[in-house]
Parts: sequence; structure tokens; C-alpha cells
Amino acid sequence: MSLLGLRTFRHGVHPPEAKDETSGSPIRQFPFAPLLVVPLVQHAGKASLPVVRAGQEVARGQRLAVPDGTLSVSMHAPASGVVRELALAPSIGGRMVPAVYLEPHPGSTQEVADGAPCPLATATREEILAAIQDAGIVGLGGAAFPTHVKLAIPEGKSVDTLILNGAECEPFLTTDHRVMLEQSADIFTGIRYLLKVTGAQRVIVGVEENKPDAAAHLRAELPPDLPATVELLRVKYPQGAEKMLIAALLGREVPSGGLPVETRCLVVNVATAAEIGRLLPHGRGIQERVITVGGPAVRRKGNYRIPIGTPLRFLLEHVGVDEARLERVFLGGPMMGAAVSSLDISITKGTSGVIAFDDASAARTHVPVYPCIRCGHCLDACPMFLNPSQLGLLARREEYTRMAEEFHLLDCFECGSCSFVCPSHIPLVQQFRVAKSMVRKARAAG
Amino acid sequence: MSRLAKTLEIRTSPHIVSGYDVDTVMFNVVVALAPAAAFALWAFGWAALLALGVAIGSCLAAERAAARVAGKPSPLGDWSAVVTGLLFGLTLPPGLPLWMVAVGGGITIVVGKAIFGGLGFNPFNPALVGRAVLQAAFPVAMTTWIPAFAAERFRDLPGSLLALPFASPSYDALSGATPLAAWKFSRQATEVSDLAFGFVGGSSGETSGVLILLGGLYLVARNMMSWRIPVAVLAAVATLAAVLHQLDPARHAGAGFMLFSGGLMLGAVFMATDPVTSPITPRGMWLFGAFIGVLVVVIRTWGGMAEGVMYAILLGNAVAPLLDRVTQPRVYGTSPPKAER
Repeated sequence: MSLLGLRTFRHGVHPPEAKDETSGSPIRQFPFAPLLVVPLVQHAGKASLPVVRAGQEVARGQRLAVPDGTLSVSMHAPASGVVRELALAPSIGGRMVPAVYLEPHPGSTQEVADGAPCPLATATREEILAAIQDAGIVGLGGAAFPTHVKLAIPEGKSVDTLILNGAECEPFLTTDHRVMLEQSADIFTGIRYLLKVTGAQRVIVGVEENKPDAAAHLRAELPPDLPATVELLRVKYPQGAEKMLIAALLGREVPSGGLPVETRCLVVNVATAAEIGRLLPHGRGIQERVITVGGPAVRRKGNYRIPIGTPLRFLLEHVGVDEARLERVFLGGPMMGAAVSSLDISITKGTSGVIAFDDASAARTHVPVYPCIRCGHCLDACPMFLNPSQLGLLARREEYTRMAEEFHLLDCFECGSCSFVCPSHIPLVQQFRVAKSMVRKARAAG
Repeated sequence: MSRLAKTLEIRTSPHIVSGYDVDTVMFNVVVALAPAAAFALWAFGWAALLALGVAIGSCLAAERAAARVAGKPSPLGDWSAVVTGLLFGLTLPPGLPLWMVAVGGGITIVVGKAIFGGLGFNPFNPALVGRAVLQAAFPVAMTTWIPAFAAERFRDLPGSLLALPFASPSYDALSGATPLAAWKFSRQATEVSDLAFGFVGGSSGETSGVLILLGGLYLVARNMMSWRIPVAVLAAVATLAAVLHQLDPARHAGAGFMLFSGGLMLGAVFMATDPVTSPITPRGMWLFGAFIGVLVVVIRTWGGMAEGVMYAILLGNAVAPLLDRVTQPRVYGTSPPKAER
């Protein structure tokens, strides 16, 4: 589907982009907090198994934990220092999770320890997948799904196209934008690893047209031997959702309940590709990531390379916030980001943004809820072509089974477009989250 | 460094909203209706002002009273009762006794909306429910029309207006038939330009098709109204009327006459588009509009009455849930897409 020559998907919404305040700010290194708290579950999957003990000295980049099975990845020390304890720590979901409490050495040079390199030229497919798991790489777009699992193409399936996701459609976030501008060489190296692993014949980098400098830079730097193109996409939320990107660039639809590989393509975030290209040649692991810190309550907004495990309190104190007016902090963008209940939560691999709202921005969502007037704006917004109005009415009556069986509830990926446009301010996405968990619970119970 | 120790608000995503509210939409419908209402005041004078005022006032009073009985907070701030009252008032003959207007306004809100649970839950367009009850209860008063642009319209009130409840109203001057009735019962045609600009007799808000269309365009431009429904209604009426006119010009008036006479414009633009009582799916909207358009022509041509917009829309409201059911959108990933790259 294209309009005015630019590709996009059908439906979707146009929230204010709010990217100007950070898109021009180069990535800066963030200092080490006096105590880093590195959770052992930062990814979708099983907690990693710690291989360090309390009191042990570790070097920056040294392995702290190893994968527990396939759906798990390694964890690395974000700083040279001493392990204070292995204990529980609060997480974004509200649960307490196992974590390594690490106290960085103030006097250390913080040199990163290299491991066994994974040479692009000679490594086999299996060796690259193992290296990706060993480097602790997960989807950096926010889902934090282990990348080596995503790249392991099931028997009998094949991939013809690799899509690099540089859409970055969430308002406020500009990390992928900066990574495309500043780490194009890492991205291209990452692409070479990815092509080798997936066997894809071509690469399409999808970039929303509000980042013309990033697209132009990638095009200019693109090595001539890479079978890659850079495609501009119309600015529309949720353009960066995997299913929408596949529809926009390839005109393919991922089957309901299925995976992208069923449409012979894979989608990898540009920042994830950059990390693969940056880490694998040196045998290193993820010990930090680029994060947009912004929002009206933040004084020194910008893009920072922040050590994994940095507590939010230290982070916000360092960038400066107007404490009197600080009202809400969420991780990720404003459309899908999760609000934090505590500043003791730390940065993980899945954190793409830390956005702090002041009282005025928070107040814009403190609005009265009206009954559904069936205006249909949610139907025009839903990129999955669901009927959120009907789903919302059924949710009120707790008809969860009907929602799933007749109205495709489980195809909702909670992008928030329906709630964003609803003139009655019905918390549709929240209703759908509740309904989905009820349906899953009922199905698990048989 | 001071320790940041702020109590944070927890809330589920999304953390931003579009800034588009029910009350904003309703208020803009009032704005969109203002030109047609102003034209009614100009054409019918104080009579129209009083009638519209009583219509809106009785709807607001009924809305407030119904909420109090139901133990709900006052919903007057959402502007929906103003919209309903204004629409109801615009469908009435301008000389209708005010007590009938007040009774109709109460019925509009109580029977048309409140007993179903209020805003969002009524199956039928409330203004048309109120009008239909008045039509059944007071058939003569509802089809007696005072002339438009009467010389004394800003000096005297029509005698019928202040008739006491249950007394027969007396009319000072009668315009005779509306253009539709003139055509239906005596095959007397009216210039389409007079119809379009409203220089004819009829209900208060039904006369100026052009101003109604302008109001509709305003709402469509602000993304506050479905354009599909009015386009479907008007296209169906025009097509069917043109075909019939071709077959027998002496018996069937042309498309222009059909489009701009009676309550069609007001109905197609402001009544059939009521989101609560119309389908929510795009294909459902097209079918709904076409259904209403065909019914309008059928009732006007073969029915016992000169006008059929009200019943056509009420019947459309009745089938709207069914249309929604059979026109659910195809969900992404549920069947193979057409073109691949």
C-alpha cells in the first residue's frame, strides 16, 4: 500500500512526534551509578543462571550469568567492580526478580574485557547463533525477545527478505535515529552476520520519512556489495510494529497467531543489528544500551549510552528533573510504554526510552470517561482491522470467550491506537489486556 | 545530591490522547447546525426561535430529570441533549403549539434515550422517536405549515403557537402544502433552486439544503462525522429518482427535486449519521445509507404520506445492528492478502 509514493500500512494514527528535542543530540556516555542492579531476567524467557558470587571482583564485560536453556541469554558486567550481593530487585512488571548488585570501582579505567571473537568470514551459522546468545543480545526495540531464537529458522521454512526496522514510530524516542546516524558501520557488519544466519537474499531497511538524514546517511554509506536498500515509509504509528512493517514493505500478512518467518521474512531492529555488528567481532556482550531520556519533566534531554542496571533514581537525578512537577515516568514510548511504580527499578536491555511527564502532560490523560458513542474512530485506527468498539462493549460484560472467538481479541498487540483516538476515553487497551489474560488463563485451565 | 523521592502516578499505556472528546464533537454538531437554525429563525421569525428554545429546553430538563431518577451525575456537560433538542426542534413545523413541542422533547429524551441507559445505548435516533410520537398523536398539527418569510414574522406570534394543551390550535395563515405534498397530491412542481436555498414552506430546519450541506462538510472536514452515510443516502435517492423519472416523468419528480425537498438533507446529513444508531463498519455504513435512500423514495412514491425520511431512518436504525454483524472487517492475517512484493 503506498500513497504519495511512500509505503505504509492501512489504518493507524498520527500522535504528535515530539522527537525534535532529542533527535539532534548525539549519543553521550552515561556515568556509572554507585550501585548497579542487573536483573537476571531482562528478556522474554527464563532467568539466566549467575556464575558470580558475592564479594567477587568482576571486569567490565565479564560474564555475570549464563543462559538457562534455549529461551535465555547471557548477562555481562556493566562495569568493573565488586559483586555486593545476589538478591531480589523490583522489576517493571511489579514482580521481584533475581539480580546481581554490582558496585563499580570508582578508580577503574573501565576497560571492556574482550572474549572469543566470532569471525564473520569463517564462523558457521550455528556458531553465529551461539555467539549472539552468548553476547546476551535481545530485541532492543522493546520486546527483548532473545535474538538467537528469532533467527533460528524452523526446519522446512526459509527466509528471502531480511527487514531492518528503523521506523521508530513511538513519539519521543530517537535512539534508533541516532544509532542509524552514528553506527552505520556497525549496522552493516550486523547485516552481514544476519544474512549469513538467515540465508536471506536481500535486506530492506525501513525508515520513517521523519528521519531523512538517517536514510540518506545509510544510503551514502551502504557498501556496494550488500544486497540492501533503504526504503522511506510514511510517518504513521504503529509503523514499527513487525506486522505493519511487513505489510508496508512486502505486502505480506503474517498469519493470525503465526510468526513472520511464515511469510519468508524476518524483522530485526536497527539497534539490535548494530549491537551484533559491534559486539560479535570482539566476543563482547551487551553491557550498556542507547536510551532516549526525555519528556517535559527532564532538564537535560538526550540520547545516552547507559550501563545496564542503572537505577532510574540515579538516572533521573543525573539528567535533572523538576521534582515538584514530576508526575509519571514510563519506560519506552508514550503509546506502549509501561509506567514505573518505583524509581528503584533499573534499566534493562529492553529499555528504549525513559520518559518523565510533568503534572501538565499527565493531566491531559485525566479525562472523564463517556459511554461508547460508536463513532468508529477506533476501527479506522486499528492496524489489525479489529473492532475495538465491539470488543470494549463485550469486555464490560466480561464476555471474554466471545471476544477471542468471534472478534479476534488475541490478534490485538496492544499498540494503543484505539485508546489514543477514543473520544469517550474508554481504557480499551487495558480492557483488552485483562481480557487476554483471562482467556489465556481459561485456556490453560482447559 | 538530594534523593529523588517522589510519589509516581501509575497508569496504563497509552500515556497520550488525541484531545478529541465526546463533548467537543457534540459542541461542533451544534456549530454545524447553527447556519440551518439561523436560517429557520430568519424564515419563520420569533415562532422558530420559541419552538427551538422550547425543544432544547425540554430536552435538557428531561435529560437532567432522567439522570436524577437513575441516580447518575448530570450529563448536561456532554452537549448531547442540546444536539438532540436542536435536531428535534428543526424537524417540527414552525407553528406547532409549544406545549406539543415540550411534550415531544420530553418523549425524545425519556423514551428515545434515557430508558435504554442514556448516551450510547439507544437503538433509535431520539429526535426522530420524539417526532414520530408527535406525528402519531397530533397528525393535523404536525402537517399544518405556516408560510415562510411572512411579513409579520418578527412582529406577531402565530396564534397556534400559544394554544393551550388539548385545545385545537387556530392558524392565522397557512402556506398550504409543502413542496413534497404539492407534488404528491396535485403534481405541482417547485423550482429546485428555491428548494436548495430554502425559500419554501416546511419544517424549521428542513428548508435550506445548502446550509445543511455546509454544516455537514464542516463536520466531515473536522473528522467528526462519517461522510459515507450521507453520500450513500443521497446517491441512492438521486439514482433511484432519476431512473423513475426517466421511466415516467409525469408521475416521478426528478433527482434534484427529490434531493432538496422535505427532510432529506437534514435527515441524511444530521440524523442518519448519528453514530450511536448507525453501523460502525465502513461497509455497513454504505449499506445503511443505501437502504435509507431507497426507502425514502419508495415511501414518498408509493406510500400514503408525502414524506418518508423519518420512517426510513428509523427502519435503518432497526437494521443497523444486523448490518454491523454481517460487515465485520477482515482482520489482518486471517486470509491471504491480495498483492505481494
